[in-house]
Amino acid sequence: MTTLSIDHVSRWFGNVVAVNDVTMTIGPGVTGLLGPNGAGKSTLINMMAGFLAPSTGTVTLDGQQVWRNEAIYKHIGIVPEREAMYDFLTGREFVVANAELHGLGAKAAQKALATVEMEYAQDRKIATYSKGMRQRVKMASALVHQPSLLLLDEPFNGMDPRQRMQLMDLLRRMGDEGRTVLFSSHILEEVEQLAWHIEVVVAGRHAASGDFRRIRRLMTDRPHRYLVRSSDDRALAAALIADPSTSGIEVDQAEGALLIQAVDFGRFTALLPKVAKEHGIRLLTVSPSDESLESVFSYLVAA
Amino acid sequence: MYDPTVARLTYRALLGRRRALILGALPLLLIAISLAVRGLAGADDQTAADVLGGLALATMVPIIGVIAGTGAIGPEIDDGSVVYLLSKPIKRPTIIYTKLIVAIAVTMVFSAVPTLIAGFILNGNGQQVAVAYTVAALVASIAYAALFLLLGTVSRHAVVFGLVYALVWEALFGSLVPGARTLSVQQWSLAVAQKVSGGELVTSDVGLTTATVLLVAVTVLATWYAGQKLRSLTLAGEE
Repeated sequence: MTTLSIDHVSRWFGNVVAVNDVTMTIGPGVTGLLGPNGAGKSTLINMMAGFLAPSTGTVTLDGQQVWRNEAIYKHIGIVPEREAMYDFLTGREFVVANAELHGLGAKAAQKALATVEMEYAQDRKIATYSKGMRQRVKMASALVHQPSLLLLDEPFNGMDPRQRMQLMDLLRRMGDEGRTVLFSSHILEEVEQLAWHIEVVVAGRHAASGDFRRIRRLMTDRPHRYLVRSSDDRALAAALIADPSTSGIEVDQAEGALLIQAVDFGRFTALLPKVAKEHGIRLLTVSPSDESLESVFSYLVAA
Repeated sequence: MYDPTVARLTYRALLGRRRALILGALPLLLIAISLAVRGLAGADDQTAADVLGGLALATMVPIIGVIAGTGAIGPEIDDGSVVYLLSKPIKRPTIIYTKLIVAIAVTMVFSAVPTLIAGFILNGNGQQVAVAYTVAALVASIAYAALFLLLGTVSRHAVVFGLVYALVWEALFGSLVPGARTLSVQQWSLAVAQKVSGGELVTSDVGLTTATVLLVAVTVLATWYAGQKLRSLTLAGEE
């Protein structure tokens, strides 16, 4: 059982506060660290990985200080976001070197390469790898010593859907084995598919923590705004407002569209096409007007 | 204290890229010039000493030292790949010490060996000039590698600072301001070379004792401090 504890951690760079008084505990299983770009996820992961000193607060792994403690890396595997990785080596040479640095041999390296299914390209130079292949070799290098804590910074960036699925399966497996796996992402769907537990950071602050379903509900229960254009806006508005799933409709003359506020997301999305069909109205545009991740987060922070 | 895997990665990084071309070009230039000088002016001890002192020791050795010393760690810190060394249960001073050994070895091979060859071409090692300057190059290699490795650890502009030190301080400032010579790796190594040659062709402004103490002190302190800096190296995120 490996537990990573972040206790009242802040980090500032000059006048900029990147992480602001964050306290969280990451236990076994897969945890997603979710937040928009620039929220301080990488800063937080760098502090968890011992690559950055907290300005205040402590990061400990099973009670042991992480910062300036090389021995801790026996238990931690790290998949950094940055691409740079000794491009002049072949994939196998790279993973073998990583194994040796842990005091292990080629056998451990081979096993890790097999785990990420990279044996077929292991003798090619890393310089020739695609982004997804690099990501998998990075993953192998982080797994050679069977760490009990695995930290991954935006691991799905640049991966195609198949590679993404493979990596998700692998991380799920690691979580099932009782390892503590933490990955960061700015994409809600990625986190939702994989993590049992999520930690949300927004603007350097710890905004939410817990089971993703609960947080997802917080996100879906809020009023949703849609921009709708149709063949008959006023008739559509009249039909929609009769239903309790809609709390307000505004006719935007300049845009030539309806701005609809829905309170029951599920019911509204089923209702809209049905009502349009019944009234013989053609829907030309239906677009959520505040679905960007940032607005989801800002809603969460306010909640 | 010495990690063979760190050493292997460092050697391959140093000798595998364009850096190897620059490392190889300077010694070839020195040998070419020596051949030309010998061909045009014949064998002359003073000329040999001038070429080896002015070109090999004052210019080539520090430049090779800058390339090998900063190149042993700077690019890894710059591009972030050093994370693969830092995320291992290896003492930071071990990483620095290993990289120092590699940087010293590379500097010696690419500066002392060509100095010896050039010396034999110039005057057939008359008055021990070739051997004396080779010893100076070997000694200077150690101090330069340590200094520039430290520079590579603390600064992103290590190559520029290193070249400024090597060319402006050692070559130019040192020849204008006598006091500056006391604080010059070149003069320290010359003091050792002077002892070896025993003649009047190789001389230093610094006494042998002072030179030895300063050489050891600079090498040890620079290496120790680089180890400390690496322990607190901060890898900023891409955010």
